[in-house]
Amino acid sequence: MNTPTLFGLCAVALVGVGLYGLIVNPQPLRKILAFNLIGSGVFLLFGAIARRGAAVGMGGDPVPQALLITGIVVAFSATALAVALVLRLFDEAGSVTLAPDAPAEPPDA
Amino acid sequence: MPHSLSTPDVTTPGGLLLVLAVLVPFVGVLAGMVLGGRGARRVALATLAAGLAIAIAIADTLVRSGAAVVYLLGGWTPPLGVALRADGLAVIMLLAVAVVIGGIGVYARADFGTPPGVREARAPFVFWTLLLAVWGSLNLVFVSGDLFTLYVALELLTFAGVPLVSLGGQPETLRSALRYLLYALFGSVLYLLGAVLLYGAYGTLDIGLLAARVHPEPVTWAAAALMTVGLLAKTALFPLHLWLPPAHAGAPAAASAVLSGLVIKGSWFLAVRLWLDVFVGVVTLPSAQTLAALGAAAILVGNIVALRQARLKLLIAYSTVAQIGYLFLMFPLAAGLAAAQLDDAAAVNGGLLQAISHATAKAAMFMAAGLVYTTLGHDRIADLRGVARALPMTLVAFALGGASLIGLPPSGGFLAKWLLVSAAITTAQWWWALVMLVGGLLTSAYVFIVVVRALAPAPEGWTPKASVPCYQQVAVLALALCSFLLGLAVLCPVDVAGIGRAVVPGIGSP
Amino acid sequence: MTLALAVDISLTLLVLAVAGWIIAVRDTFAAMIGFVAYGLLLALVWVRLAAPDVALTEAAIGGGLTGALLIGAAARLRGTEAAARAEYPGALTRTLAAVLAVTVAAALAIGVLALPDPTPTLAPAAAANLATTGVGNPVTAVLLAFRAMDTLLEAIVVLLALLGVWSLAPDRAWGGCPGPRRLVDPDGVLAWLARLLPPIGIVVGLYIFWIGADLPGGKFQGATILAAMWLLVIWAGLADTPPISRTWLRVLLVAGPLVFIVIGFAGSITAGAVLAYPEGHAKPLIVAIEIALMPTLVLTLALLVAGAPQRIPPQ
Repeated sequence: MNTPTLFGLCAVALVGVGLYGLIVNPQPLRKILAFNLIGSGVFLLFGAIARRGAAVGMGGDPVPQALLITGIVVAFSATALAVALVLRLFDEAGSVTLAPDAPAEPPDA
Repeated sequence: MPHSLSTPDVTTPGGLLLVLAVLVPFVGVLAGMVLGGRGARRVALATLAAGLAIAIAIADTLVRSGAAVVYLLGGWTPPLGVALRADGLAVIMLLAVAVVIGGIGVYARADFGTPPGVREARAPFVFWTLLLAVWGSLNLVFVSGDLFTLYVALELLTFAGVPLVSLGGQPETLRSALRYLLYALFGSVLYLLGAVLLYGAYGTLDIGLLAARVHPEPVTWAAAALMTVGLLAKTALFPLHLWLPPAHAGAPAAASAVLSGLVIKGSWFLAVRLWLDVFVGVVTLPSAQTLAALGAAAILVGNIVALRQARLKLLIAYSTVAQIGYLFLMFPLAAGLAAAQLDDAAAVNGGLLQAISHATAKAAMFMAAGLVYTTLGHDRIADLRGVARALPMTLVAFALGGASLIGLPPSGGFLAKWLLVSAAITTAQWWWALVMLVGGLLTSAYVFIVVVRALAPAPEGWTPKASVPCYQQVAVLALALCSFLLGLAVLCPVDVAGIGRAVVPGIGSP
Repeated sequence: MTLALAVDISLTLLVLAVAGWIIAVRDTFAAMIGFVAYGLLLALVWVRLAAPDVALTEAAIGGGLTGALLIGAAARLRGTEAAARAEYPGALTRTLAAVLAVTVAAALAIGVLALPDPTPTLAPAAAANLATTGVGNPVTAVLLAFRAMDTLLEAIVVLLALLGVWSLAPDRAWGGCPGPRRLVDPDGVLAWLARLLPPIGIVVGLYIFWIGADLPGGKFQGATILAAMWLLVIWAGLADTPPISRTWLRVLLVAGPLVFIVIGFAGSITAGAVLAYPEGHAKPLIVAIEIALMPTLVLTLALLVAGAPQRIPPQ
């Protein structure tokens, strides 16, 4: 077991934990949080893969490392948009439940 | 090294047009933000014209050269750099989207004007900037040759689409927008996870290089499954469709047309790209059958629920759920043809035509419903009396769009279903033909009900709540006619969709 | 080596424990606080993975800005907690979700263990072409040369998200100031911090931005720190968010991507391809793009946290 593999396994465990949270937690804010956990798991996996690609004096493959920065910024933007939606929904409806008439099943794969 | 894509990795003449197709709409977004208010609308309409010209120029380049149009950004060759590529599939989608966006833009001129005395109003400003943003993102989905750039494109599309859902600001539309956003984010994160696995296994994100490098092994299967499920959630294929009807029905008519006609085609197109060009030697016929089975379920469920709707916009939205189903019937048909060493053009062209004819027809129908709503003050199907008198042109457009959804000749829907049915029979998968037949019957039932109700004479002394400008009706009719006459594409002398596409990658390529 | 592995194993267990706690804890506000700690732990993981650029980004954006955003939202939504608990799914759904989560994680773990050895990597290709870009940090070279398109698109993504956030303003507040007006408490700890930290933060932010061309750091990390300083001043009530109708604001918001696009297209004339740089001029042009992107990113990131416009300022 080496460092990249260890963190790669940590990453997939985070994806699992986040997936569970996304399905079971009915609150939109907690779903957003769970989505961020899944996202960080995916990023961490990419980071582990980058570390495995260390070569020619570089500590890791710079291509995934650069893409990770882009990915983190995109995930933040998504979170900001989702939070703004939740807050506006709260202002308008006084509640943030996702269940209107149809059963609000979370996106379970 | 054998390439499965026939495109060489050099910039081809006219490649710069691909960069323009992506960046011109985004420059329009930026200009609209600075100019604001009425300026945003002016910029958007000017960009619509410029973008259509660019799409036509790309099509011209493609047909003349007979090969895919390629542009290497920064001059860097993949895998280190990023390439833009447009084969026949991409170019046809580029053109179709340019036409539909143009029609929607003309229609929306009336609905999204900045009121007098105000420098800038929220809904028009957001609509016009995001209309261009949706367009740029879709063009990027069609021409990008890199899985991570495509991830960014998917996110761009989501961020542009979600505010269109909640443009009205009512609690129900905010809730629909939030559910849509959660599904879409879930979809993109699964897609990204798949892309990450592919990079880990093969060291590239370039579609052309991956196609040559992937081979059937667990990590590729996992990536294919994750990416496919993610894209299905974004496309709203049954059973991941629950977010779609309230989101599409709750938006203003022009926004519904964008969302239902165009936005969902982005993730669908990417699924097609992956299955046909990247995972072609990896995915199995049973997995393609599963996709089509979900499609068949979507056709049946979507149409039956549509039939039970009391509101016109919801009916049209559920009809989208059903029509998405047709888009996925092409997968086992293409796989079956390829497995039999036959040209898969019938299945691929059928799927592509279905996408375009649905885009035009559905945009027209949503906008027709918008005009009906303006005229009557409601969209209850039971009470559509007077529509035929007040909006004859619009009713004709609705009927023509409906005819294309049903698949009556010479509509695009007819040709699409004809190609798919013939592929189903060639590959001895007759059950898909049966599903299409039943779907067509159900569709004709609800189109018929709406048209008959709208033909009922108006009560004595009835007057429209508001009158709609003639050009809106013309825009709706023009899109509906596009859809209805699309079947004439069969007369086209060249198989444009096939240009620049892989023949079938040689079995046993590394 | 074994000591390092022991550190890594404890770090992994800690990250997983915090992640599990974030999901399981009943109180949403507490979960959000946990998320900030989680972000900082992840930054440590990034250091262990030899990705200092990512570590900085994770700490600044993943933990910092996202954390601030989520904590603020959780504080406002405290009243909805009780109603949400009633919606909590039954044991069956939870079991199925757990089975699904474990299955997916297990399948992915098999994938991770099956990754090829030696790993395919683009590090040699990046190293071979680093000299032509003139920058010393390979991550910056990827972001602004090899894959400049992604970075350009990313700047547009952030802007679109901001448009989306703004679109959630009530009609009457369009053109107004984002977020509630904060009242200044001259003796409060926030006001004290807001006077103390920004001078330091601005220097650190600009430094991280400036060294990014050659060392770990860059515009995203630097911009995040500057955005955080601005938000601190706003939250302390020492300044207000600008009305979103201001022309200067709109110009600064689009300036970064626009300069990027202009320099990009100039490349098609001077260097043979869009987003290419003429030989010998790569570094100054890359720095020019970064400088143009900087104010755009600071404003966009801060305004994303500030939220939708809520009020028209008194004339």
